[in-house]
Amino acid sequence: MAHRILIVDDEPSIVISLQFLMAREGYQVAVAGDGEAALQAMAASPPDLVILDVMMPKLNGFDVCQRIRAEPAWKAVRVLMLTAKGREVEMARGLKAGADAYLTKPFSTKELVAEIRRLLAPGEGTP
Amino acid sequence: MLQGWVIVLASVAYLGVLFAIATFGDRRAEAGRSIIANPYIYALSLAVYCTTWTFYGSVGRAASSGVGFLPVYLGPTLMVALWWFVLRKLIRVSKAHRITSLADLVASRYGKSQLLGGLVTVIAVLGVVPYIALQLKAISGSFTILAHYPEIVMPAKAGAQPVLQDTALYIAVLLAAFSVLFGTRHLDATERHEGLVAAIAFESLVKLVAFLAVGSFVTFGLFDGFGDIFRLAEAVPRLRALMTVPAGGYATWVFLTFLSMLSILFLPRQFQISVVENVDERHLEKATWLFPLYLLLINVFVLPLALGGLLHFSSGGVDADTFVLTLPMAHRQEALALLAYLGGLSAGTGMVIVETIALSTMVCNDLVMPLLLRQGWLRLHQRRDLSGVLLGIRRLAIAAILLLGYVYFRVASEAYALVSIGLISFAAVAQFAPAVLGGLYWKGATRAGAVAGLSAGFAVWVYTLALPSLAKSGWLPAGFLTSGPFGLALLRPQELFGLTGLDEISHGVLWSMLANMGAYVGVSLAGRPGAAEANQAALFVDVFRHTAGLERARLLRGGAPVQDLLPLVGRFLGPERARDAFAAYARRRGLPSPEALPADADVVHFAETQLAGAIGSASARVVVASLVQEEPPGLEEVMDILDEASQVRAYSRELEQKSRELEAATAELRLANARLQELDRLKDDFMSTVTHELRTPLTSIRAFSEILLDDPRIRLSERKRFLSIVVKETARLTRLINQMLDMAKIESGNAEWRTTLLDLNEVVTEAAEATGQLFREGQVALTIHPATPPPLVLADRDRLIQVLINLLSNAVKFCPAGAGRVEVQPVVEGGQVRVDVRDNGPGIAPADRETIFEKFRQGGDTLTAKPRGTGLGLPISRRIVEHFGGRLWVESRPGQGATFSFVLPLEAPATGAEPSDPATAAARPL
Repeated sequence: MAHRILIVDDEPSIVISLQFLMAREGYQVAVAGDGEAALQAMAASPPDLVILDVMMPKLNGFDVCQRIRAEPAWKAVRVLMLTAKGREVEMARGLKAGADAYLTKPFSTKELVAEIRRLLAPGEGTP
Repeated sequence: MLQGWVIVLASVAYLGVLFAIATFGDRRAEAGRSIIANPYIYALSLAVYCTTWTFYGSVGRAASSGVGFLPVYLGPTLMVALWWFVLRKLIRVSKAHRITSLADLVASRYGKSQLLGGLVTVIAVLGVVPYIALQLKAISGSFTILAHYPEIVMPAKAGAQPVLQDTALYIAVLLAAFSVLFGTRHLDATERHEGLVAAIAFESLVKLVAFLAVGSFVTFGLFDGFGDIFRLAEAVPRLRALMTVPAGGYATWVFLTFLSMLSILFLPRQFQISVVENVDERHLEKATWLFPLYLLLINVFVLPLALGGLLHFSSGGVDADTFVLTLPMAHRQEALALLAYLGGLSAGTGMVIVETIALSTMVCNDLVMPLLLRQGWLRLHQRRDLSGVLLGIRRLAIAAILLLGYVYFRVASEAYALVSIGLISFAAVAQFAPAVLGGLYWKGATRAGAVAGLSAGFAVWVYTLALPSLAKSGWLPAGFLTSGPFGLALLRPQELFGLTGLDEISHGVLWSMLANMGAYVGVSLAGRPGAAEANQAALFVDVFRHTAGLERARLLRGGAPVQDLLPLVGRFLGPERARDAFAAYARRRGLPSPEALPADADVVHFAETQLAGAIGSASARVVVASLVQEEPPGLEEVMDILDEASQVRAYSRELEQKSRELEAATAELRLANARLQELDRLKDDFMSTVTHELRTPLTSIRAFSEILLDDPRIRLSERKRFLSIVVKETARLTRLINQMLDMAKIESGNAEWRTTLLDLNEVVTEAAEATGQLFREGQVALTIHPATPPPLVLADRDRLIQVLINLLSNAVKFCPAGAGRVEVQPVVEGGQVRVDVRDNGPGIAPADRETIFEKFRQGGDTLTAKPRGTGLGLPISRRIVEHFGGRLWVESRPGQGATFSFVLPLEAPATGAEPSDPATAAARPL
């Protein structure tokens, strides 16, 4: 069964590119435009991995990540954070919030895909 | 029978006994078993104060003025009460500085001044000469009277006999010989003469015994006790008057008491005996009551003798000054008369010997030696032993002084009673009081002050007392006294400046002391002591704490080790200099290194001396005392410290002022720093935001480019869509970069402005056309209400269009899709034109109404509110409007749309500047 991936970002162009990339990899893709929508989507059907933007309306990426980590049912969900704010403090903040990986925008598509493959590989991240 | 030779023999025998005692005393002193080292001998020797003046003169004085003889003894008695403070200090100072005479004391106190030493010497010699003459007169008179026994014949006038037949001359020669024998047999570094003191003490006993014997004989032998004499005297009106102080006599009493208070300290012989010859200052304790007791005893019989004499010799013809001798003679008491004579002789010789020795020391040390040294006559460097020269000078001085005394006796003494002559001397030595007492207690006194005071006082003394005594003796024209010099009545020596009502002594004392103290204090205050003077002043004034401190330090062995003192001194002198000094000091004490120095008082003193050179003695003492635990500082020192402290306070006030300024500056700096930090944080935020704004379009561009590059099989429609996104994001990036550059230019003042006269209606129209596409896409209705007449402004056309485009595109962005309405309306108001851009969007929360004008700040939380636009449009617009003297702001109520307005000054005020009516304005939807 294909892995399910939730893309959370409010930049339409970026969402389109991510959608295309994930679909090409054969993943089952869902999209949320902001933090709250993301949590609702997860509650409806939990994905295997979330691609999470940081700067979004309503609920920012860090908070969404923390919510995910606080919910035992979502223990197995991997979180990959994407941010345009490339400073190290923010990378640390993201990892502290419980992200499994952290990439800065603009990202290399190859790197992104490899990272997602790694995160979804059997044994990786499975408790 | 008392023939002349018997008297001479008795006199010489008596002097021989004195000499024997003196020799004995000196031998014992050399053997280290002093016979004078007890307070009784000291007190008796102090009675050298009682001369023939007392022995003969008091009775004479009492016979003429009753109790008027008493002040001369009350004064010393009063002064004795102050001895513990004054005399003890004089002794301490003199011992500490090896001072051997009054001249030495004054010279040393004021910076070791030769001038002052010489001045004091001259005053002392000239002042005391009459006093010596008095002794010669009394001794020769008593000899002459006794030689006529049993007849009572008053001696001839002093100047009447040929010199070679004058008894006084031989007595002067005899006294000179004895003085030389007593005082100049050998030189002593301390100028102490133990044998002499012993002899003087013996003389005091002799004169007391003789006087008491005569007094008892008269009181109890001739009369029936004190009561009898006074009762008999009461009966005689002239005598009864003697029992009371005459009207106006109190002034005389006060002056005489004052004079004798000073004399007991400053007569050269008193200074010699009480200070120089003092063995142990603790002897003062007993002398303090023994000496007044002596004075009391020797005065008990003065009034009975005077009254007895007046009653006995009621017919007159007998000088009252001779009653002590003539009363026993009149009653054929040979032995008693001889004893009385010997008593008088002892009183006279004691005075003359000590006085001349004291004066000769001064003449030698403070007058002759400085002159000889200056002239270079002595070839001192060629001589090893000067003691012979010194002794010779002193012997000559003694002879010269006695010769002077004899001359004065011949010249002037006849005009005065014994006591009056003595008082002239008292008045002379009283001139030393300001300089000496001031020197002991006042650090501000200066050498110039002392010289001025002494000179002025002495000059007035000469004018009011010495010259009149010569005038009265006929050596100056009598008119000098009666009508003043050159007939200037105001300058009459005994009624100076018209001052009358005082006796001549009081008059002279008043003027001379006024001149003296006035000059001393005035000149001292006008100047400042030099370094040497200041140093000596501190040593003198603080002599007790000095020596007491050292004693205390000695008790506190280990209280101030070198390890503490050396760094302390080093702090002020520099470590190297301090170490060198201590090393040299250690070598002087025969020690290998400073560390080997014991922690004793000498080291402390050394350290203090070193410090005093650098920071002044007062401070040095305070500093060292912090280690040594000296006695608490005295009043004077506290005042000094306070004086310094007040300067320090002045400095500290300045410091406080500076410190306040610094604090203010610090506060400003802190504020500036906070602002910088805030700016830094803003810059960080700004950079972070800029980064975000730049990265977002870049992310899309990169992602799609890679997708297109990697996968050639992508469908054409897909490929087109992706490429259009890339183009759109590239445009966004370009816009962003342009606006950032624009902003940077405006902020740095480098922007170019092309200012022209513009019709604002036209500008609005142009902006509306430029944004027409947006409105159409968003299906937003735009209504423009132009102003009539067209409002003219001075501005940059393109910039102003930029502002309006920005406002319009913002309005479109926030309008609800499909139902949006935007109105633009220029309104002329007073001297300016306002342009409103109204939308029906969601409005702006009050908190955001200012922040939206900040760079990259749009409404809402920066993390969650996704910016719609670059975030630079409004800040740039505001800057542009402000550049042309206008304002840009927003009014809004959430849910009811927002109105962005800006005003600009009108260039040509439109006539009839009415707000244009929206209804009549052409509304054209775009």
